[in-house]
Amino acid sequence: MSDTSLHRTQLAPKEAGFGDYFALLKPRVMSLVVFTALVGLLVAPQGMHPVEAFAAILFIAIGAGAAGALNMWYDADIDQIMRRTRNRPIPQGRVTRDEALGLGLFLAVFSVVMLGLAANFVAAAWLAFTIFFYIVIYSMWLKRATPQNIVIGGAAGAFPPLIGWVAATGQVSLEAILMFGLIFMWTPPHFWALALFMKSDYHDANVPMLTVTHGRKETRRQIFIYAIVLAPVALATALSGIGGPLTLIVFCALNAWFVWGCWRIWQRDERMAEADAYATEKRVFRISLYYLFAHFGVLLLEALLNNFGWGGW
Amino acid sequence: MALHQDHELHRRRFGRNVAVLALLCGFIVLVFALTVVKIQRGDFNEAFDHVARPQMIPTDEATQ
Repeated sequence: MSDTSLHRTQLAPKEAGFGDYFALLKPRVMSLVVFTALVGLLVAPQGMHPVEAFAAILFIAIGAGAAGALNMWYDADIDQIMRRTRNRPIPQGRVTRDEALGLGLFLAVFSVVMLGLAANFVAAAWLAFTIFFYIVIYSMWLKRATPQNIVIGGAAGAFPPLIGWVAATGQVSLEAILMFGLIFMWTPPHFWALALFMKSDYHDANVPMLTVTHGRKETRRQIFIYAIVLAPVALATALSGIGGPLTLIVFCALNAWFVWGCWRIWQRDERMAEADAYATEKRVFRISLYYLFAHFGVLLLEALLNNFGWGGW
Repeated sequence: MALHQDHELHRRRFGRNVAVLALLCGFIVLVFALTVVKIQRGDFNEAFDHVARPQMIPTDEATQ
């Protein structure tokens, strides 16, 4: 074997490409962050210059990416056990944990400072708090300690529209809190539906997901309860200053659809779920994704209509 | 064997370096655009040395 071929077989697969570092930032999560933060920014009563708005959304997304990289640094041990996460760059050996830590810390500081300069330092403080909450409160503490991990940790994913709103207005108000509440209450049924059909992942990784600690029957009940509690939060958002008749109609339809799906999950047991390969659970998980994108999409549409004097209350 | 043989590793590193270059150029353009927007709006004109300070205007007694 020549030196070159030895080099190729042993080193080449471990050399990270740019895409591997980008994957550390959890681009799929970032897309949701970009969308919800953009809606929070655009539905706010004060407008922003397009360049400042673009910069604000970009730095919020980078902050979310930094949190993703830090999460992968901390959770590298369980990521290599779970099927869903074992193809990430660290378990695959393409990026080291130290690299992820360095990238995450750098991007966290960079994004907070730049958001402060591009928008305002109130928004930057909220972004810093969000990163802290996701890493320290959720990843380091709650995720491995309590089955309520998703409930409280979900707050980290709920902050982006609030940060977008604060970037535009400089302050927190009721509408921003309602958008936060919408994602906060949506997260548990969304993740628990996923946990129901990703059967052994969390158990194998020893993560105290509700399915592991309280059983799948209780998880099904909790999914339905959270869907019921989520509906009034959504309706309150539709009745707030950022809502309007269109928002109210669409929100009613979406929440009826989601509650119906969650009720179907509650009515099923494991035998029925295994018989159709968790078809209902997978469908409700997909519905939950449409649910969130549709809610924020309609809020954006209502704000656009409002500019022409057609939307809003 | 040639001393400077191209390897898949070099190609990957080159791709990474080009991506970092593109990111840095994008960042420069963004900071420049932000600066133009903020200066045109007069954000930086509120600094202490641009505020009118009547106490600095020489009085008649002082000049005589």
